[in-house]
Amino acid sequence: MRLVLEKRAETSTAMAIASPFIAFALTLIAGGIIFALRGNNPFSSLYVYFVEPLTAWWSVEQLVVKAAPLVLIATGLAVAYRANVWNIGAEGQLTAGAILAGLVPVLFPQWQSPVVLVLMLVLGTLGGMAWGALPAWLRNRFNANEILTSLMLVYVIQLVLDYLVRGPWRDPQGFNFPKSITFTGWQTLPTLTPSVHVGVLFAVFAAIALFFMMSSTLKGFEIRVAGQAPRAARFAGFSEKRTVMFCFLLSGGLAGLAGATEVAGVITQLQPQVSPGYGFTAIIVAFLGRLNPIGVIFAGLLLALSYLGGEAAQMSLGISDKIARVFQGILLFFILTCDTFILYRLRWLGSQKATA
Amino acid sequence: MMEALGVLFSNFFSANTQLIVLAALTPFLLAALGELVTERAGVLNLGVEGMMIMGAVAGFGGAFLTQNPWVGIVTSILAGMAMALLFAFLSITLVTNQVASGLALTLLGLGLSGLIGESFVGQPGVKLPTYAGIDPLMIAALLLTIIVALMLFRTRWGLIIRAVGNNHAAAHALGYGVNKVRYLCVLFGGACSGLAGGYLALVYTPQWVENMTAGKGWIALALVVFASWLPFRVAAGAYLFGAISILAFQIQTYGWGIPPQFLNSLPYLVTILALVLISGSRAIAKRNTPAMLGQPFVPDR
Repeated sequence: MRLVLEKRAETSTAMAIASPFIAFALTLIAGGIIFALRGNNPFSSLYVYFVEPLTAWWSVEQLVVKAAPLVLIATGLAVAYRANVWNIGAEGQLTAGAILAGLVPVLFPQWQSPVVLVLMLVLGTLGGMAWGALPAWLRNRFNANEILTSLMLVYVIQLVLDYLVRGPWRDPQGFNFPKSITFTGWQTLPTLTPSVHVGVLFAVFAAIALFFMMSSTLKGFEIRVAGQAPRAARFAGFSEKRTVMFCFLLSGGLAGLAGATEVAGVITQLQPQVSPGYGFTAIIVAFLGRLNPIGVIFAGLLLALSYLGGEAAQMSLGISDKIARVFQGILLFFILTCDTFILYRLRWLGSQKATA
Repeated sequence: MMEALGVLFSNFFSANTQLIVLAALTPFLLAALGELVTERAGVLNLGVEGMMIMGAVAGFGGAFLTQNPWVGIVTSILAGMAMALLFAFLSITLVTNQVASGLALTLLGLGLSGLIGESFVGQPGVKLPTYAGIDPLMIAALLLTIIVALMLFRTRWGLIIRAVGNNHAAAHALGYGVNKVRYLCVLFGGACSGLAGGYLALVYTPQWVENMTAGKGWIALALVVFASWLPFRVAAGAYLFGAISILAFQIQTYGWGIPPQFLNSLPYLVTILALVLISGSRAIAKRNTPAMLGQPFVPDR
């Protein structure tokens, strides 16, 4: 007797829908075990982590603010991953966007006009696109693996930001802290409520727009074919290189926009670290959201909750907020595991197998 | 300027500096050799960074709690293998997407090591003894290069591993357990990556710092491509990266006014350059690439 995987005749729709929920449930169980091992009551700890942040209005607002960059980035990544284009350098494209968005207020601190804000958002998006175009070009022109190059570029751009805020862009009145001047007025994003900036709307809009692009435009079709049947895509005359470039420009641009909204809406200055790893967490969001832009919205909220829960656990349970990243990693493992059962089923193989 | 460069180079090629380069290249070499064997069997494990950082925290922890660096070596290897086992179960048994599973391994490793290592931050590390500047793991890494090369190209095992990586259906038809071979190769890769991490925490910078691998695992992955899946070229590539890290560090001490951030970004930029140079030539890139790289195997029944 042994357990084997057997390919299903058809992909299981029920499993495709249930998979993220099962994965989340398994993550909760694993989380409970981790809490129990550390000597905390697993049930009350899980309540503090995953439920309590939703019981106060201010923390729901925080949830939305944290979900915004995750959703923005992950919708772009979802499209790219659909085409089998592996952009894992979104963190770098976000940083490039943050730098270019910060360029305007740092160089023209006195300039106050709606133009400033528009310019910041446009430049941020372009910065992300440029930083994303680089690995795409290297793959198209030199056949260099985009996974490795896009990741290497994360380290490079983070060092560029580090140089800028410690050197030429440091606030002269900032007591030598590695930070730029604080942005004010039109250098920051307007808010919907005192703590929720309008960048949240960009995220929702991007997700909906990309959902329609994927489901009902030729471009969306091209991308899906490129991912599922590259040979068919070639025969249909869809250029692989164009798809690679498109996916990187799209996901890079959205990551850059996320960087710009973080800088203009949340941090309101440049500092050595502009993101708690949103670009990497967005990879998990994209997979949890079934590589579907609408699914990404819900997945983004859940992963944002994992950040908030980490902070809550640190405050009331005395557990490091690093536990958030552990939960995120475990969640991705369980999603991938559960996704296997969309295409396969488990069968006990008895000893009568010899007749087969 | 020329004179300064002359000094730089004569310093660089002194025995002392070459020993430091040897220490800097060892983690690259260990991790890349492990990944080379893994990829030769047709499995792309992008989780090297995650296995390495777990090896680092486990190595530091093992050595710190027992005050014995050798225990740290063992725990770092075991931690790398445990992570590799997780990856193998997902990507081989459950045939998940190898790229995604490798990323998951890295994200989990970075998170878990941060949590585990929180109490180690700022603690004094336990250093592995060195003999005249040479530590046992340097020698082990160099020996391992020769062993892997001989094993892959001069033994039956090596032939089976390469067969599994180049045509898993044919290897299966010949009666070789494709997935068993792959499990073993992934575990070997995990052991090597774990040891590479342990080297960082026990020899190179004997302390625990969060994210202390700083992309070294990813560079090791690039090294395997750069070396076109050949062990001795991996060693040459590792020397190149070791030398660049040390040169960048030495130049900073000269105070030429080059921003340290620029020098620190050199290894990453050189990695990109190396990938471009090697991948640009299809003849080199295709010759040794395992044909089944990244493709799962589910035997038909």
